Amino acid sequence: MGFAYDFDWGVLWRQPYGTWLLQGIWLTLKIGFLGWIIALFTGIVIGTLRVTPWRWLRFLSAAYTEVFRNVPFLVQLFFWYYAGPMIFGQHLGRLINQIVGLNYYVAIIALGLYTASRVAEHMRAGFASISRDQYQAVLSTGMTHAQMYRHVIIPYALRIIIPPLTTEFLTIFKNSSIAMTIGVAEITFMSYRIDADTYHGLEATTGAMAIYLLLGLTVVKMMNIVETRFKIPGLIGR
Amino acid sequence: MFDVVARNLYFLMGGFLVTLQLTAFALGGGIILGMLVGLGRISRNAYVYQPVTLYVNFIRNVPLILVIFWFYFVMPIIIGRPLDPFPSAVISFIIFEATYFGEIFRAGYQSISRDLINAAYSTGLTYGQTARFILIPIAFRRMLPSMITQSIVTFQDTSLAFVIGLREFVRRTSIVDNLEVRSIQLFGFVAVVFFIFCFTGSKISRHFEEKGRRANII
Repeated sequence: MGFAYDFDWGVLWRQPYGTWLLQGIWLTLKIGFLGWIIALFTGIVIGTLRVTPWRWLRFLSAAYTEVFRNVPFLVQLFFWYYAGPMIFGQHLGRLINQIVGLNYYVAIIALGLYTASRVAEHMRAGFASISRDQYQAVLSTGMTHAQMYRHVIIPYALRIIIPPLTTEFLTIFKNSSIAMTIGVAEITFMSYRIDADTYHGLEATTGAMAIYLLLGLTVVKMMNIVETRFKIPGLIGR
Repeated sequence: MFDVVARNLYFLMGGFLVTLQLTAFALGGGIILGMLVGLGRISRNAYVYQPVTLYVNFIRNVPLILVIFWFYFVMPIIIGRPLDPFPSAVISFIIFEATYFGEIFRAGYQSISRDLINAAYSTGLTYGQTARFILIPIAFRRMLPSMITQSIVTFQDTSLAFVIGLREFVRRTSIVDNLEVRSIQLFGFVAVVFFIFCFTGSKISRHFEEKGRRANII
């Protein structure tokens, strides 16, 4: 047999497969962006709690990051999808399970919470890179701790960690592919579905890879603009 | 409450063994290939540097799950018959993780300054001695924390072999769950097992990082 394989790149645009892939792209984008909103918000909160003066908040936020970083995302996803609704008890759990498109919402939340732990770690590194003097200077102006974080330290740290956040933003689109395991019809799922329909999985997955590469390039370009716009004057840029 | 885990412990742990085997193969292959990739990434020869860089940037920008699928689809075309999920997963993991280990090795190689090498030569050490007593020990200690971290990531990543039907830890858990419908206990158990291993690993990594920082080599 050897290389006896008839390539059929038509599966990338022939109907209905072309539409499937487009739908997949749309879903990947939606999951990525919505998950990112959750990740950024939760991550900033958790990351900030890790450096607050209150011991219990520090412990809880550290526990959050450790748990979410040390369990594979696939396991987290399965836990939230299969076990999540049951946490609310039999009755409420059954109601939750009836929600249409539950897997889609679970994927967004799970992806957001998982990425939040990584954002929190970057936040912590960002805080660590701000010198002690800055904190004292802010406090000496009469701001409270909460005001200090909200108006000075968090915006400052966020601007410092834009490069690692770019990487996380790229990773969230890549990780969204794992949502296919609970039946979310994003790009990877669609390429697999095309294989099931046509046996031309090689072309379909190659096409999907190209889409991810394009997506990655777009994100990098986008974040470069963000980075130059929010650059801190006086710091070493690229 | 966890009787469902106890009842299926043998079956589940068999899956965990598969996960460990897969991790061992992926790490062994990934680190060896990664060393070469790292060398390629610092090569001055454009015919080496360009293709290696293309390979690294390509793989690092696509999801692992897609690499696993792609490989699963491409193998039957090359060898003329479908490959078992295990070897297929091993090969895709090696190809994938080698790019990440490669970047760690590159950073390790590049972290050694010219001055250090010249200083070693000036004491009369030969090239072989410099590599053996100065370069390799220092580079190794610098790379160790990231190597451990990446090994943990690889260990977690192996769960994705689930998608090509490999009966590893997560796959077996979901098989049991389909029969028993005790998701909280079963997936909670998997999460705890992964957590214990990965948390310990991350502590070890942090220990070496601290040690390196105290010795002023990181």
